[in-house]
Amino acid sequence: MALLEIRNVTRRFGDFKAVDDVSFSIEAGEFFTLLGPSGCGKTTILRMIAGFDDPDAGVMLLDGRPLTGIPPERRPVHTVFQSYALFPHMTVAGNIAFPLEMAGKSRDEIARRVAETLALVHLEDKGGSYPHELSGGQKQRVALARGLVNRPRLLLLDEPLGALDAKLRVEMQSELIALQREVGITFVFVTHSQQEALALSHRIAVMNRGRIEQLDEPDKLYGLPANRFVADFIGKINLIEVEVAAASKVLLTLTAAGLGEIAAADARPLQPGERGCFALRPELIRVYGRKESADLKNRFDGRVKELLYLGDVTHYKVALANGFLIEALMPNAAPGRAKFHEVGDAVTVCWRHDAGIFLRD
Amino acid sequence: MIRKLNPGNLARWAVTLPPSLFLVVFFLLPALIVVAASLREPGEFGGLAPLFVGGAFTHALTLDSYRFFFGDTIYLEIFVKSFFIALLTTLICIALAYPLAWLIARSPKRRRDLLVLLVILPFASNLLIRVYAWILLLGPLNLLYTPVAVVAGMVYVHLPFMVLPLYTNLEKHDPALLEAAQDLGAGTWTRFWRVTFPLSLPGIFSGSALVFIPVLGMFAIPELLGGTGDLMIGNLIKEQFLDNRDWPFGATLSLLLTVAVLLCAGLAVLAAKKSFKGTEAVT
Repeated sequence: MALLEIRNVTRRFGDFKAVDDVSFSIEAGEFFTLLGPSGCGKTTILRMIAGFDDPDAGVMLLDGRPLTGIPPERRPVHTVFQSYALFPHMTVAGNIAFPLEMAGKSRDEIARRVAETLALVHLEDKGGSYPHELSGGQKQRVALARGLVNRPRLLLLDEPLGALDAKLRVEMQSELIALQREVGITFVFVTHSQQEALALSHRIAVMNRGRIEQLDEPDKLYGLPANRFVADFIGKINLIEVEVAAASKVLLTLTAAGLGEIAAADARPLQPGERGCFALRPELIRVYGRKESADLKNRFDGRVKELLYLGDVTHYKVALANGFLIEALMPNAAPGRAKFHEVGDAVTVCWRHDAGIFLRD
Repeated sequence: MIRKLNPGNLARWAVTLPPSLFLVVFFLLPALIVVAASLREPGEFGGLAPLFVGGAFTHALTLDSYRFFFGDTIYLEIFVKSFFIALLTTLICIALAYPLAWLIARSPKRRRDLLVLLVILPFASNLLIRVYAWILLLGPLNLLYTPVAVVAGMVYVHLPFMVLPLYTNLEKHDPALLEAAQDLGAGTWTRFWRVTFPLSLPGIFSGSALVFIPVLGMFAIPELLGGTGDLMIGNLIKEQFLDNRDWPFGATLSLLLTVAVLLCAGLAVLAAKKSFKGTEAVT
């Protein structure tokens, strides 16, 4: 049985459907992420799980029991708020002790658990400090400790890393993964950062306009996006408008206007004439000089329009014959000074026939 | 060490000197005059006795007024009673103002300004007229000229001074804190006592100071609404200056009142320091 099951949940605000007939389930011990642009309904779902909002339709089951009618204070679900919402008049230890006091634990147990949890988030010496004396990263850890200390069935995290600077955010990502593994509590994480979602999650639900576009493991989402929205939202991708020319059991031939034929691998039974887009990740494209040869099926001539040398990689934008600007990412994997094609150079972009995927409209 | 008078220092002096001078002339000097007056003897026809009669120095300083004050328990009793009335007024004001301030702070932004305006609207009419209105109200209830009437009048007049600082404080509370408390298992009452109330202590303290101290020195309300037994320190001081023409004793009373208020304020600050820890970050 799933730990949390969401069945056909809808939430309307006036005419606006913030959450539109959403269903999914979360397994115990999972690091589950709701990912999407702002206004996609991810925070509304989180608030409904916490109990601060109620669905207009559908059911939510925690351990098989419906959550309907149970107020937030009686749900075994705790939240780490985006603003942390630490109690400013309580010390760090006081903040962490709060949920234990609410649960009526004994003094001894509270003292022991607070000390354990402080150690867990590496704040052993900060128990007596007040929140306003802490740095952003430390506040974040206190908020996590406070959410975890009473061992909720679910810990909800509402963009908890949003207020941190970039470097700290990456550090906290590693800490979050380690922490979740250590405590074994199920995390439901909400973010609009696809990078954060990919780095942290076991599974990700990509949301858009109140619906789940795709629910999958990070590498599947990235490698096999189900539709145009997911492909575009997760990572960088080239989306080329195409039409199916011919489909055999293993090989799919697509035609792109002004470009010619693109070979792709696809086992689906597709009909010639079907329209859609061809999605291709920049790092799967090779950029060669015209004279260099490469034994790849898809080859298109173009001219380097823009170039960003980033050290480890070089990011090209190449204008193809039909005017399409294709993005390619070439690793600078050879030792010594990196060699690259200059702006204006005539080049050939190529990729394997199974590098890209066809997304039906 | 003599600091060079650079333009920055000059500007600082130019800005701070006028108010400092004002305070010295109209606060510090009068306060010293009161201290001096309390140590003098009354004049035959009011005021203070002349220091020189016929060119000869006649009266030295005396502690007579202080002896008089402590020689009879009636004055101490009036002090204690005044403190009690001020305390009671403050507590009732807290009880009445808290829900009101909370309600205003929770109402939609557009309506808040209107509600605050309504709270301070009574100030638009004269204090005496408002107190006279209470005579009309309390008369038929047979409560006029009783301590109850005094406290009712005091609460009525001073309530806005409690509402405003409390509202200012409550309005700034982050609603996420209450959500966090609820999320972590706190019910309605626990949320209030563990989060809202402690965070509003600075508001309660400043409101209390704004109510307690003026009530202690108030003489109009006890005079109009109270009976003969409801004299307060304010009335006592007024009597010495206007009726008994005993300025030294009046000065002594007001000096003792100031000392007592400062003592209370000192204790309050000590108590506040302990309970405000961390809340200064919010308020």
